Amino acid sequence: MHRFANPNQFLRIANPVLPWVAWLAALSIGTGLYLGLIQAPQDYQQGETVRIMYVHVPAAWMALFVYASMAIASATALIWRHPLGFLAAKASAPIGACFTVICLATGSLWGKPMWGTWWEWDARMTSVLILLFLYIGYMALVDAFDEPTRGQRAASILALVGAVNVPIIKFSVDWWNTLHQPASVVRLDGPAIHPSMLWPLLIMAVGFTAFYFAVLIVRLRSEIAAAKIRNIRIGQVHG
Amino acid sequence: MSASSPMRTPATRKRRRLYAVLAGLTMLGIAAALVLTAFQDNIVFFYSPSDLTEKELRPGQNIRLGGLVEEGSVKKAADGVTTEFVITDLSKTVPVRYGGLLPDLFREGQGVVSQGTLGPDGVFVASEVLAKHDEKYMPPEVADALKRSGQWKEPTK
Amino acid sequence: METLTEFFAMGGYAPYIWPAYILAAIILVTLLGLSLRDLRRNENTLKALRTERRGRTGDEVSS
Repeated sequence: MHRFANPNQFLRIANPVLPWVAWLAALSIGTGLYLGLIQAPQDYQQGETVRIMYVHVPAAWMALFVYASMAIASATALIWRHPLGFLAAKASAPIGACFTVICLATGSLWGKPMWGTWWEWDARMTSVLILLFLYIGYMALVDAFDEPTRGQRAASILALVGAVNVPIIKFSVDWWNTLHQPASVVRLDGPAIHPSMLWPLLIMAVGFTAFYFAVLIVRLRSEIAAAKIRNIRIGQVHG
Repeated sequence: MSASSPMRTPATRKRRRLYAVLAGLTMLGIAAALVLTAFQDNIVFFYSPSDLTEKELRPGQNIRLGGLVEEGSVKKAADGVTTEFVITDLSKTVPVRYGGLLPDLFREGQGVVSQGTLGPDGVFVASEVLAKHDEKYMPPEVADALKRSGQWKEPTK
Repeated sequence: METLTEFFAMGGYAPYIWPAYILAAIILVTLLGLSLRDLRRNENTLKALRTERRGRTGDEVSS
């Protein structure tokens, strides 16, 4: 971890990685779209609407994964004062928010024809909406203070506090009666999805994960540059 | 960095912050668990027919009833709009009357959640019917093959 | 041709499936575009500040 704490050392590792994750993202999402939209069969109950799963489910996984990463990065920022931990969390927040919006919107578009409703206040949907508010709250808090370190600390604490929501989202469908069905892929007795539908789903998930890391590296580089700009300007004022 | 004041060294300050964060998260987790248990009844999206018999309902109280549509129970009324069917949780059943559009996934043997009131005659008058599906996804041919070979597992919930 | 129209019709669920994919594409492409724009802007500013600073300290030395 300490090796990555220095921004310049991080850039030395991240910059060569960027083209690889970018290509991996493009290739997997392309393959996933072909498999999901053309190759994958209809569902025996849901017909063609099952194709919404290939964006909805990976987006939902990423919404949770990005938040978990953000909480861990915030913890390293709070405890060990890693400057990069905070920047990684700050760079992740908009990406996670985008995945959450995609998850909610595609879920709505899937729910209307199948369940008969765009939205219901069941435990799963409500907890994912809270996740979106946590992302938005984090982004608002980071820039809310004149003194950057205060905003950093407040936002990092919010990210950590909000982490309790992650297991709640995951297990909401098991703990309570919900309109949303229980987990299909990540469950104790193996996936309940036919391989012809599971593969496109997993490939899309790889693509979304690679996309996250590609955009994260771009945003982190941008944040590091912004931090250097701030330092130079402070130096000019005091010098 | 003098050895006489160990509390001031960066390592102990970091460890103290680590413990503070861990303690904070533990408290938060316990608080969340307590709150969620306390509101258990409000978080539940629907009641099963068995829950309904145990629950004291005010007359005309709006609730959601969920379960499976019993096989062979769906009847279209003569007016062509009203649908009558039976919701079961495989131990208790409740007859339901509904006069609206049904979602595409509504069919016998499938899960549904209906919102409405329980009438004095024991018939649940629904104002909304939502379809619920299970976590299984497979192509139609696979489902047919499973049913033919007798390996099909009916939902138990 | 017929299979193509059939493909776009998505068994009658086109009004739900295509918006889901298009919306996801718009959101992800916008996020990527904005992130790249910010990066370019910050790196250009940083470069300008550094050459400016170098130029200024250079002047001080020469004068």
